Amino acid sequence: MIIGSIKNGMVIDHITAGRAMELYDLLGLSNADCEVALIKNAVSGKMGRKDIIKINGDFPVDVNVIAYVDPKATINIIKDGALVEKKALQTPQKLVNVVKCQNPRCITSTEQELDHVFVLTEPENGVYRCIYCEAQAK
Amino acid sequence: MRSLFSITDLSVEEIQGLIDTANQIIEDPDRFAHVCDRKKLATLFFEPSTRTRLSFEAAMYELGGQVIGFSSASSSSAAKGESVADTAKTISCYADIIAMRHPKEGAPLVAAMNASIPVINAGDGGHNHPTQTLADLLTLYREKGRLDNLTVGFCGDLKFGRTVHSLIAALARYEGIKVVLISPKELQLPSYIKKDVLQKYDIPYTQTTNLEGAMPQLDALYMTRVQRERFFNEEDYLRLKDSYILDPEKMKNAGEDMIVMHPLPRVNEISVAIDNDPRACYFKQVLNGKYMRMALIMMLLGVKA
Repeated sequence: MIIGSIKNGMVIDHITAGRAMELYDLLGLSNADCEVALIKNAVSGKMGRKDIIKINGDFPVDVNVIAYVDPKATINIIKDGALVEKKALQTPQKLVNVVKCQNPRCITSTEQELDHVFVLTEPENGVYRCIYCEAQAK
Repeated sequence: MRSLFSITDLSVEEIQGLIDTANQIIEDPDRFAHVCDRKKLATLFFEPSTRTRLSFEAAMYELGGQVIGFSSASSSSAAKGESVADTAKTISCYADIIAMRHPKEGAPLVAAMNASIPVINAGDGGHNHPTQTLADLLTLYREKGRLDNLTVGFCGDLKFGRTVHSLIAALARYEGIKVVLISPKELQLPSYIKKDVLQKYDIPYTQTTNLEGAMPQLDALYMTRVQRERFFNEEDYLRLKDSYILDPEKMKNAGEDMIVMHPLPRVNEISVAIDNDPRACYFKQVLNGKYMRMALIMMLLGVKA
């Protein structure tokens, strides 16, 4: 399968195989009006199989979402057909409207306009907790 | 501007400052009778409460301030669908400080994010109730003369009891604390509290189902209610509930200076026969709660005697 290289945009590479659709949804790529390619189960020397997302155009991407979902993914920024930047992902300290609080007793369950905000409370275990009720992100 | 959501928002030094202020109030209440003149406390209680709301109101009156507010969601604009954020913004126009109880966890934080005045969490569902813990700490301090080097037993529903979780989190920061957890197996302290608090702070603890056996070593016994609705099986409840009724016979196992605490309300877990025992401190806790709320209101409003 051949998918052409992109001119201006972003390649999200080394996504754990099977996670690209989750990222696609969380990044809101269904709303993009530029070209987007989602490649599943591509052969990878390092990973065996991997997913890749290519975005050909200027679409705002929240890298915190990528870092939360798949911290081992890599981001390549392409300009005029050339790689101009490799973005290293850092575990985000805060997630805003990336995950929803599942605790039915949380104030976010009844106040619909509230942002769902989670903060990293245990960096060593990657645990995020809701700032309102302290429930762990699931 | 400062608010209070959880007991761990306060440092050990700040807690000591509140205890010192509360003790000064107890010694000379007249000196504090006008420190909040022309200040207003708004008590926003979205669910019913006896002790906490009246304690906050009494605290503000005794500081010379005034009180406005409501005591149930049905008598507020929440019944019309107003958000916590809008309520907080509105009340900020009328009052100088808010005490809020709400059934949803985190509601006081939402209020504080939108208010221009300090917000005190007066209980948010099963999550936090920091002013109860302040009452507990003042009681321990006044009765035992210290908050360190204490062996504290917690008895009853340790799984769901938010007052137990908060007091353990508060005490864990002091030196020489030992904890004895007395409960049926079904209501043991959650493992995340053991991991995040007891193990993190290296607090020695033991777990037992035997109240009488644990009592001789305790400086304080913190009783809680075993709640029938927590049991799937009525037979288990009936088998266990009588183990944790503290009565004069069981009190014979306690040292002469072991104090008995309870966040109240009690049902039958402490026999009224020990109410007159000098070691029974649960009504002193109620009174201490008012003094600590006075000290807290002063701290958050930045007023001094």
